[in-house]
Amino acid sequence: MGLEEKLPSGFLLTTVEQAAGWVRKSSVFPATFGLACCAIEMMTTGAGRYDLARFGMEVFRGSPRQADLMIVAGRVSQKMAPVLRQVYDQMPNPKWVISMGVCASSGGMFNNYAIVQGVDHVVPVDIYLPGCPPRPEMLMDAILKLHQKIQTSKLGVNAEEAAREAEEAALKALPTIEMKGLLR
Amino acid sequence: MSEKHPNSEGAPGGEPLNGNGVPAPRDTSPEVIGVRRGMFGAENGGDTSGYGGLVRTITLPGATSRPYGGWFDEVADELEGALEEQGLVPENAIEKTVVDRGELTFHISREYLVRVARTLRDDPALRFELCTGVSGVHFPGDKGRELHAVYHLRSITHNRLIRLEVSAPDADPHVPSLVAVYPTNDWHERETYDFFGLIFDGHPALTRIMMPDDWQGFPQRKDYPLGGIPVEYKGAQIPAPDQRRSYS
Amino acid sequence: MTTPHATPRATTEGTVYTVTGGDWDEVVQSAARADDERIVVNMGPQHPSTHGVLRLILEIEGETVSEARCGIGYLHTGIEKNLEYRTWTQGTTFVTRMDYLTSFYNETAYCLGVEKLLGIEDQIPDRATILRVLLMELNRMSSHLVCIATGGMELGATTIMIYGFRDRELILDIYELITGLRMNHAYIRPGGLAQDLPPGAVDQIREFVKKMHKNLPEYDKLATGNPIFKARMQDVGYLDLAGCMALGATGPILRSAGLPHDLRKAQPYCGYETYDFDVPTADTCDSYGRFLIRLEEMRQSLRIIEQCLDRLEPGPVMVADKKIAWPAQLALGPDGLGNSLDHIKKIMGTSMEALIHHFKLVTEGFRVPPGQAYAAVESPKGELGVHVVSDGGTRPYRVHFRDPSFTNLQAMAAMCEGGQVADVIVAVASIDPVMGGVDR
Repeated sequence: MGLEEKLPSGFLLTTVEQAAGWVRKSSVFPATFGLACCAIEMMTTGAGRYDLARFGMEVFRGSPRQADLMIVAGRVSQKMAPVLRQVYDQMPNPKWVISMGVCASSGGMFNNYAIVQGVDHVVPVDIYLPGCPPRPEMLMDAILKLHQKIQTSKLGVNAEEAAREAEEAALKALPTIEMKGLLR
Repeated sequence: MSEKHPNSEGAPGGEPLNGNGVPAPRDTSPEVIGVRRGMFGAENGGDTSGYGGLVRTITLPGATSRPYGGWFDEVADELEGALEEQGLVPENAIEKTVVDRGELTFHISREYLVRVARTLRDDPALRFELCTGVSGVHFPGDKGRELHAVYHLRSITHNRLIRLEVSAPDADPHVPSLVAVYPTNDWHERETYDFFGLIFDGHPALTRIMMPDDWQGFPQRKDYPLGGIPVEYKGAQIPAPDQRRSYS
Repeated sequence: MTTPHATPRATTEGTVYTVTGGDWDEVVQSAARADDERIVVNMGPQHPSTHGVLRLILEIEGETVSEARCGIGYLHTGIEKNLEYRTWTQGTTFVTRMDYLTSFYNETAYCLGVEKLLGIEDQIPDRATILRVLLMELNRMSSHLVCIATGGMELGATTIMIYGFRDRELILDIYELITGLRMNHAYIRPGGLAQDLPPGAVDQIREFVKKMHKNLPEYDKLATGNPIFKARMQDVGYLDLAGCMALGATGPILRSAGLPHDLRKAQPYCGYETYDFDVPTADTCDSYGRFLIRLEEMRQSLRIIEQCLDRLEPGPVMVADKKIAWPAQLALGPDGLGNSLDHIKKIMGTSMEALIHHFKLVTEGFRVPPGQAYAAVESPKGELGVHVVSDGGTRPYRVHFRDPSFTNLQAMAAMCEGGQVADVIVAVASIDPVMGGVDR
């Protein structure tokens, strides 16, 4: 992105990371990407009782160019998928995606010809939020988790390092099928 | 249900016209739409239940003879009278009349659909002003009449509801459009075309409405699979589920 | 003109510029240089004020819309096809997600259709029917509240939106208490209801009715007499009776043209003929009239809800026929709602036949005699019709929904053409289309 990605590894970079993370997480601007039932819950989250303004993100942006978070709220049809990708491409970096609801996360109960079986086929997803539709509290929880993720995100060489480590950890991880006991 | 078609006494109703793409003639027996084998719906694999030899014919209710009861007779009389006034033979236009579950259904021969609908709309004694759209149904087992288009007409003046049913063979999926009579059918016919491939002749712009414009096939036909269709757009591909990368 | 922001592309319709930002002056200049005066603006499917994923294609001359068309299908979910692969009972889970703001109407219409096919309309217990009416009227209020709220927001009146969602939350609390879910309930089942009212529900509804009698006049104070609101809504989205009939528009749009057509009065279902309520109409044929009708319908819904509460008497909520009724009453366990432990104890411990019956009915479902039926209810948006076809199996052969949003949205072109661009939003908001219902 900018100059911060060019910083050498070390004390300076980690300080900038913390500052950038803190600033970024405190003013996340979501793009309106309401699709179906979840969009209504997303609007409810922004309205009086749940009041997303408490986390500094009640202003849903009409234009993707002014947004850095896309909340994919609802089922994504095959016809909508190219539009969704276009909106994602128009958002400036850094950007994050919350896949809200089971339909966006995996196709949910609509395992059929019309629905994309998980929005991660189209855009990279940071947070998967289950529920049909998720309650506003769940959406806020997902947003807070995303804040955490943004706060601790790395920059420049550190980001490359972190991506490499995550990839290696994923390759070594125990497959779900071999896990024993209660899966919590 | 009944044995004799009310309109087929004397002159034979519909001439057997199939061969040139016209629906096969109707008789009064129940309409056979398929055959079910076995007990549990499983079609492949060995039969371990012992019910595999079970064969049952699936039939929809057949034609009803008069009297139909209630205001049904009045509507049928008026419709037949109005068609005769226009110089049509009602028996040709109305293939059969079914009264089932308190609902009146006219099976209309597709050549006459527009004139029948216009009569139903304009005749003061009928006045079915509101069409609630068209619903396509695909009966692959009903040979020669695979695709059905079902219209529900509501009369606000007389507070009545009737159903028109038209069928077309899969080989010649053409039904006249009702948009000229009921403009509300514009999107409904496009939707039915989109899902069933029924071509509504005379529709001003019969294009896909729900699916992407370049979609192949008609997804709500019975022979179209529910899911697992590989999709490609902007050069990116979403493969069918069985060919996708799997994560541990 | 070649800029990186607006690339021209020759099509059969003329040169098309895909504008992705950058210098608007250049785009406008090059459009002016072209000898064609026609400018076609694409609005949506992702636009904050198009009511979801509706795509509007507007041909404009200055500020005037000369032609308007809709692009829909961006939320097509294939629900009608999905229904054919599930049992009749499971069908309610799908239909409730069609028009997600009027879940109970979808469920009731579908169940009325299935019950007609089964021929058990007369066997539905009174308590179940009354509760259906109660839930439907609550749903009418919550749907109208969202319509007024989002309609206000699209006009820029954010306060109305906050008010609307505030009152809708009260209704959602009741839903949650009764069905366990805020949306997408699948509570109304063929034959009756999933379960009875939980304790405390009636009191909470009475409390809500009291509160709403206080809250509803606030919308009047806020909007009805508001000169800006009126100037924005009056004579916008005009569609007269002839237009409504030709385009098949029903619901508040038809009633705003002066025809008091309401299926609850015309072809009563669920015992609506025994309730005392009025059908409000207007003769203005415009958005403002539709707004007033929606407000008045909410008041009438409150009246019906009060009558329902007075009529409720203890009794079963599912048909007595054990071949159709869900075998177990649900109960709340430590891990959520599920089969009652007493029932499980009985079928596992004492009765092999009951276990088999339970297994068959739950996994395979009941059989529905072959035939077709049409059931219609008056949803907040208009006539919601269901055409169900059975081939005698345990799964629907074909279910088609005649969704009022889908049909009413066709009137968009007639309402907008010749008007201002800004009025398109008002007109669409007064149609109140919900894309989940339009695209299904």
